[in-house]
Amino acid sequence: MSAPSVTKAARDDTARPSGPRRREITTGFVVTRIAVLGVAAALLLYALPPLVADESWPAVVVVCLATAAIAALYLTRRFVPAKYLIPGTVFLLAFQVFPVLYTMSTALTNFGDGHRGGKQEAIAAIETASLRQVPGSPEYALTAALKGDELVFLLVDTKTKQVQAGTEEGLSPVDGAKLSLTGKVLEAPGYTVLTTAQAAARGKEITGLAVPTSGGAIKANGLSRAVESRAALAYDASCDCIQGEGGPWRADESRGYFVNDKGEHLAQGWQVNVGLANFTRVVTDPTISGHFLAVFAWNLVFATGSVLSTFALGMAVALALHHPRMRGTKIYRIVIVLPYAMPAFAMLLVWRDMFNRDFGLINSLTGLNLDWLGEPTTARMAVLLVNLWLGFPYMFLVTTGALQAIPREMTEAAGIDGASPWQAFRRVTLPLLLVALAPLLISSFAFNFNNFNAIQLTTGGGPFDVDNTQVGKTDLLITYTFRLAFGTGSAQFGFAAAISVFIFALVATISAIGFRMTRKQEEVYR
Amino acid sequence: MKLALRHVFVLVVCAFALFPIVFVVSAALNPLGTLASSDLIPDGASLDNVAKLLSSEAYPFGRWFLNSIGVALAASFTSLLLSLLAAYAFSRMRFKGRRTGLMSLLLIQMFPQFLAIVTIFMIFTRVTELYPAFGFDSVSGLMILYMGGALGASTWLMKGFLDTVPKELDESATVDGATHAQIFWRIILPLVTPILAVTGLLAFIGYMNEFILASVFLRDPEAKTLAVGMFGMLSGDARNTNFGMFAVGTLITAIPTVGVFMWLQKYIVSGLTAGAVKG
Repeated sequence: MSAPSVTKAARDDTARPSGPRRREITTGFVVTRIAVLGVAAALLLYALPPLVADESWPAVVVVCLATAAIAALYLTRRFVPAKYLIPGTVFLLAFQVFPVLYTMSTALTNFGDGHRGGKQEAIAAIETASLRQVPGSPEYALTAALKGDELVFLLVDTKTKQVQAGTEEGLSPVDGAKLSLTGKVLEAPGYTVLTTAQAAARGKEITGLAVPTSGGAIKANGLSRAVESRAALAYDASCDCIQGEGGPWRADESRGYFVNDKGEHLAQGWQVNVGLANFTRVVTDPTISGHFLAVFAWNLVFATGSVLSTFALGMAVALALHHPRMRGTKIYRIVIVLPYAMPAFAMLLVWRDMFNRDFGLINSLTGLNLDWLGEPTTARMAVLLVNLWLGFPYMFLVTTGALQAIPREMTEAAGIDGASPWQAFRRVTLPLLLVALAPLLISSFAFNFNNFNAIQLTTGGGPFDVDNTQVGKTDLLITYTFRLAFGTGSAQFGFAAAISVFIFALVATISAIGFRMTRKQEEVYR
Repeated sequence: MKLALRHVFVLVVCAFALFPIVFVVSAALNPLGTLASSDLIPDGASLDNVAKLLSSEAYPFGRWFLNSIGVALAASFTSLLLSLLAAYAFSRMRFKGRRTGLMSLLLIQMFPQFLAIVTIFMIFTRVTELYPAFGFDSVSGLMILYMGGALGASTWLMKGFLDTVPKELDESATVDGATHAQIFWRIILPLVTPILAVTGLLAFIGYMNEFILASVFLRDPEAKTLAVGMFGMLSGDARNTNFGMFAVGTLITAIPTVGVFMWLQKYIVSGLTAGAVKG
């Protein structure tokens, strides 16, 4: 009797194929809706105040709209697929898609050390850096004090012992102050003198306070001394240049520097758009393009070599164990999977130290005294060997899995037909394995192409030439990029971003070719 | 005869696989605790290195361990859930933009997140100013950063698994009046749990080993993860003297993963290939 009712229900279901269906409102429905509103409100309460305090109004609008849209999505009964896609997509957009797009736009700028902020910040930094003590001006003993809530410098002229109060408005005389033997102010009517500890806590305010005078400004020099100084360089808005020593320095908006007639520039610049200059620099600048090509070539060798060697060894072991009369396969399998289960980052460092010239195990076992990671050839062989050790268990596992899916009858049939074991492997087993494993091999290639850890934790990109510490002999593009951005030299974020974009393009192209090839192959063997 | 050759070959490979691990074990037991004195077979055995590591003030190993386990557990759990949700939609529902979505995920998968490291650094400089709780030196910030790569990493794999679950199951549930959410939580999720365990383990290992993002993100000793912290243990002059402690740390880090690996080994083989053949 139940069958007819089921078909009836199914028919009812298909009778109203689209559009929101009216359902009774259950407790679960109400509870989830309340939870959605609660989470949305909590998010807004957490995210908005800092943005408002910072007055980033576009961000406020984006956050409000996004929260409202998401809340609305979960309140309605429509757009079911979106409900499942949104949670991951939010993170994907915020921390992957947005950074990638941002990288592309940063690649068009000269952002980096010396070009971090805007022009105004650069001017302020230049003027502050050029402060010199005004010749013949008095020196002051400094006591930090408060007038109400405002920070005040109580300044005692070291020669005349005259006491003045300095604020952002200027200097004013102070009467009736008591001085200590060292010339500091002990107390003064109307002021609260800060103790050394209190003053130290306000260190930033104290260094930031400049008391204007006719010849320049009085600034603190430490916590107990102050001197009158004047900026040797000053911005002049009428000519958009910096006047003073070695100048005039004219603003060069295309480079983001102040440049003088001799072609020199001030150290501090600002961030400007440089168009495609970073990209053309990779190709045209001979000091970079040569390295870039060398790094790229080694990068290809490393990725291809890693995939081929790990696959060859992993497959060989899997084939060796894949025999009906083979004993102890369980134990073997456990041992061989061990390298995959050990923490890779730590084992990379262990390998690095095994190759160490002075203390390393390899030299002490073999009796050699080779600087394995110090010579280009041995260093490259060493990183390939280390990567083989790390990677072959994975290939062993996947090949084992794929082998189990190939019927034994196929190789047996080949044998009956007179094929040698090698022919059977070459013509039957390997092609079938490749069809199953090609996608994994391609993603393994993409992974190894950017295998940052394998290089950074072993050779660190080295060995380096004496005259060039920016590019090492085992550098991959990604470790090279990392050094440009975060290395010991000056950070070149814009240029590093341009190289990242190059890597994006390279990996995408290579993978696209790979996928196209596997698709063809599958058609062949199907 | 041929069988003997197979054994010899596999034994050689086993020796290759074990050799660095034996070295780590012997370095961990080495009473002197330096790299120079470490050998394949230690001169003596002591637990000095263990005591030294656990009581060290310069290297808060216990703290790093908790940070790492915390980040890796939270990140692998959340990323599995996020990608399973998306995979459910891709596998079971037909909607506009489904193909485009799947294709763009495949494309995004090609771009590892850390390639955008420069701008991630810039973005989080700003986040640190606004929300210190999720800024640099916070494990929670690192965790949500990892979530950016969640969909790209395993949605395709999950979709492969879900496609193998017969559609008739959810159809009959729909007929019985189940909502899409009930089908997901009560029918699909229990059915794919074994495969989730394997994918989760692999994700867990991946997050435990993640170095590049963490090293830019975590500077404060107390906030570091094992990968970043233990890297610092071997830097500069400390490289020789700390090696014994480092070896102990490596072994302690390995215990949970190796254990679970042994336990799930049977599923791992099928788990790795099941999704791949579909992809």
